[in-house]
Amino acid sequence: MLGLRDLSAEEIIYILDTAKGFEQISTRSVKKAPPLRGKVVCNLFFEDSTRTRNSFTLAASRLSADVIEFTKTASSVSKGETLLDTAKNLEAMGIDIVVVRHNVGGAPKFLSRNISACVVNAGDGFCEHPTQGLLDVYTIRKFKGTLEGLKIAIVGDIAHSRVARSCLWAMTKLGAEVIFVGPPTLMPAQVDRLPVGVSYSLDKVIEKVDVINMLRIQFERLGGNPFPSVREYSHYFGLTVERMKRAKPDILVMHPGPINRGLEMESEVADGANSVILEQVKNGLAVRMAVLFLVNQAAAMQG
Amino acid sequence: MIKNGRVIDPANGIDKECDVLVVNGNIAEVGKVEKSAQAAIDATGKLVVPGLIDIHVHFREPGDEEEETIASGSAAAVAAGFTSVVCMPNTNPPIENETDVEYIHRKGRQARKTHVYTMGAVTKAREGIELAEMGFMAEAGAVGFTDDGNGVQNPAVMLRALKYATMLDVVIAQHCQDDSFAQDGVMNAGYYATILGLPGIDVLAEEAMLWRDIQLVKKICCGTGFQPVKTRPRWPCHIRYHAQHISTAGSVELIRAARKDSLPVTCEVTPHHLLLTEECCAEYDTNYKVNPPLRTEKDIEALKEAIAEGLIDALVTDHAPHLKSEKELEFLTAPFGIASLECALALYVKALIEPGILDWPKLIELMTARPARIIGVDKGTLGIGKQADVTIIDPDAEYEIDVNKFRSKSRNCPYHGWTVKGKVEKTIVGGEIRFEA
Repeated sequence: MLGLRDLSAEEIIYILDTAKGFEQISTRSVKKAPPLRGKVVCNLFFEDSTRTRNSFTLAASRLSADVIEFTKTASSVSKGETLLDTAKNLEAMGIDIVVVRHNVGGAPKFLSRNISACVVNAGDGFCEHPTQGLLDVYTIRKFKGTLEGLKIAIVGDIAHSRVARSCLWAMTKLGAEVIFVGPPTLMPAQVDRLPVGVSYSLDKVIEKVDVINMLRIQFERLGGNPFPSVREYSHYFGLTVERMKRAKPDILVMHPGPINRGLEMESEVADGANSVILEQVKNGLAVRMAVLFLVNQAAAMQG
Repeated sequence: MIKNGRVIDPANGIDKECDVLVVNGNIAEVGKVEKSAQAAIDATGKLVVPGLIDIHVHFREPGDEEEETIASGSAAAVAAGFTSVVCMPNTNPPIENETDVEYIHRKGRQARKTHVYTMGAVTKAREGIELAEMGFMAEAGAVGFTDDGNGVQNPAVMLRALKYATMLDVVIAQHCQDDSFAQDGVMNAGYYATILGLPGIDVLAEEAMLWRDIQLVKKICCGTGFQPVKTRPRWPCHIRYHAQHISTAGSVELIRAARKDSLPVTCEVTPHHLLLTEECCAEYDTNYKVNPPLRTEKDIEALKEAIAEGLIDALVTDHAPHLKSEKELEFLTAPFGIASLECALALYVKALIEPGILDWPKLIELMTARPARIIGVDKGTLGIGKQADVTIIDPDAEYEIDVNKFRSKSRNCPYHGWTVKGKVEKTIVGGEIRFEA
């Protein structure tokens, strides 16, 4: 599971339907099922993460897998070991699935070509974050029934966002119309070659959309200063209570987290009636269980 | 009511002898007006034109009020027939946020002379590093952005500024000067710099940056990715780039090529780059020290040709007042700048009308409608219902330029003693006579 760009609509829906089956496990008194018993999942995280990492750990343990936690700072990477050597050493211990988060686009693909364990992408640079894209469409389907014909705005630092890319692939494949909204300085090159609309004005877009997905301003990735100040950014692209007044009453407000409260979103909106942000986190668990389950199943069929 | 003048309104294609009726501060009628008005101005033999617009002045406020203030500068402007001026943001502190913009506007209103607009800085502290709050400034009424006095040196910063400006639909104006070429030059790098023993500013300093900026504009226009949703009209995006005070034949070539490619690039010239050459510096008179520096006859010819072709969009002054004490320094240390606001019209008559390069309607267009379009304000026209900014000119009146009569606080004007033609008789701003000769 490297990215959503290569998946078909049918495959995406198959994952989402599988996730639906796993959702109820979390509501049972014994929150565990046996499909990955005896399997080893390694969380290979080269970047900080709270949500994704814990979500994968929990997903793996709910499926009865053994989990190895690996972090950059507490490992041989800090002693100069290469990515490939690290992965090969872990593989020698007999791991079955590597869940990898890396700050460089393409790292999961590189690993998958060089090791025989299954690789699940948990976010690579600003390329893809497939389980985030899946949990976002899962959440939308849950509230809206379908993505067919929906208008969805993805707002913020598009250029540096893997979430924007994974969401774009998943959402458009499932029939939604996606609009990237942000300052021109945060749009990626040749964005018009993507199946997406572009707007520099949240005010013009806010009234039209059924779903709005607010991205976090990633200060660690920006480089230069693509906008004059946080204040001016919020003025044009912050999801404020004022702007929400002009939105459709049933708009879904999403955010991949962590939120910069008051910057891309006011607290009243983040915690408001239209917000499904915590629902996203909840669904993330089911989606990740489904991904681990299906990846393992596919490996078994091949093996 | 202004009666019997030759009314020239290029924006509406009007050039005929008739009357202009002003009611409640707005233009009510242009033509033969039968009604008798309370106050009639007889403009027989005079030109009646839209109020002139200078989109490049330095009024030095805040920070250097001893050189000029918005009050003294706009008093000079209105006496020169200007009804709107655009202040440059290289004040001290620079105009870099909405509060600064509002300050300029307030001072302008209090002066009650011309409309006073301002551009904002492109980058914070005009350092060329981080973008200034262009959005907030535009909302406060800034009519464009420039780091004038400096060019934005870093190409990535300039690209970012141009891209960001597309979102706001505002013009980015550039003082084209690559500092790595210009270094500490004080005059044109040429024969005279050599014999005078002064460090020169090569034409390349201007041309390299102009060339670079045109490539950036092209990148944004043609390199896809900057089309707002469902707005793909004339320009693929709302980018506007304006080259300030171009001075060389090479720059003219670059502008000509950009225009051929239909790029949204405009430019302006000053009177001194049409009337004076590097030779003027021969006696080390610092009143001829200006940036960009005075060039050569060949450059003047190229600029005039460009004006005749319609390549130049605006005639400005780059009015840059300095104290006598500041200019009474060695050529190397004196500040750059010429104060020419009060004789601007006559200088343009000398440079362009007398040699037959432009006729009056064309000249007026370059001092009204076209500069208004660059900064995106609804001015520079005598259209019905528009605010009545009107200038009445005696085209044949001769006079001698006397810097001691300037309303401006500064006297750094090399045209002192010149005999010129074309005098402003009356300047009307918002229907109110603000200047009478």
